[in-house]
Amino acid sequence: MIAILDYGSGNLRSAERAFATSGHEVLVTSDARIAKEADGLVVPGVGAFAACMKGLNAIDGASIIKSRRENERPTLGICIGMQILFAAGAEHSHTQPHPGVGVWPGTVTVLSSPLLPHMGWNSVEAPTDSLLFSGISNESFYFVHSYAAKTPVGGYTSATQFHPEKSGDVGLALIKNWSKSL
Amino acid sequence: MTLSIRIIPCLDVTDGRVVKGVNFTNLIDAGDPVELAALYYAEGADEITFLDISASSAGRETTLDIVRRTAEQTFIPLTVGGGVRSVDDVDRLLRAGADKISINTSAIARPELIAEIADRFGSQVLVLSVDARRARTESGFEVTTHGGREGTDIDALAWVEKACALGVGEILLNSMDADGTRAGYDIGMITAVRAVSKVPLIASGGAGALEDFASALNAGADALLAASVFHFGSYRIRDVKSYLASQNYPVRTVQVL
Repeated sequence: MIAILDYGSGNLRSAERAFATSGHEVLVTSDARIAKEADGLVVPGVGAFAACMKGLNAIDGASIIKSRRENERPTLGICIGMQILFAAGAEHSHTQPHPGVGVWPGTVTVLSSPLLPHMGWNSVEAPTDSLLFSGISNESFYFVHSYAAKTPVGGYTSATQFHPEKSGDVGLALIKNWSKSL
Repeated sequence: MTLSIRIIPCLDVTDGRVVKGVNFTNLIDAGDPVELAALYYAEGADEITFLDISASSAGRETTLDIVRRTAEQTFIPLTVGGGVRSVDDVDRLLRAGADKISINTSAIARPELIAEIADRFGSQVLVLSVDARRARTESGFEVTTHGGREGTDIDALAWVEKACALGVGEILLNSMDADGTRAGYDIGMITAVRAVSKVPLIASGGAGALEDFASALNAGADALLAASVFHFGSYRIRDVKSYLASQNYPVRTVQVL
């Protein structure tokens, strides 16, 4: 079973429908026990960093994510759902960056571009041995963000800045790759 | 990395049906919104926009259901606009399956709504829809409401600058003079708004010939929205993309079954 973490933010239904195409049972939940024990956990993402952390803290989401990591259970963060896994985020912060979950070190910072958000379909370079990108090459995915993490990560917690649930059939193929690993 | 230009079919929805008129009047039926959205998804649309033009609350409930059913079978970004007046309205639409929300009249009435939505959901969720026409404001472009029927005396360029500062994530610029005419986008308006907008710009209103799409991109549009040319079969989405690719614009192609 794949759990989609409901922490008061995010395009939950889009994510639910997209992950359901993998053939797995999908449940949108904020229940800590279910989220900790699901075969896979998706941390979806539409929102601002601080607002998302507030929502995550309200359901004690950090302990869910850390517990899964300790138990080697796969978690997939999407967009802001990936960014909040880092130590801190600079979005809408005027002094100190907002604290994140801290699975990975580093601060999520604003992109340097004259035109933000970075919005639309863009190409992606992935390592050849990437599980998520197995069988997928030279394809574009849908991005919508102004901030980004610049630290490479890996392990049982995986993540994408783009939205696989919004990247058409190619995005569904990536979701299938992830769900096959569960 | 190359960011593709986006082709966005727009579905004006009322009481569960897609309609389209000329200059927002003389509406004619253009089909079932869920079916049309699925068709455009399969054909390679980069996003889909629903504009709810229902006058009644019952019509708005119907639209919510359409959003739900569309989100079940289309896996590209879905923008929904029309009648959004509060953060709660945004939350409801996102939970139904929308990815972005466009606002228009409610932001003109209360610009702080832009900041409220951006703070809660992030700027990227918020599209400011600007229905503008040529008129005697400072820049020569005036913001209108009610589908272009009512002027506001607000200068369109000043409004776009203010909205960017308040945190809007994208501008949907719809020419009320060109809407539905298929006589070409208002290139002067796109150029003028591009110069002041700090966020991506979607051009809308007037697409007819294939060359019109290229002209709007040359004027600085990042994405192109069209309704009539797609609904009534003048062009398929892939026709537009093939043409733009032949003109060396980066487009996303999909395998069409």
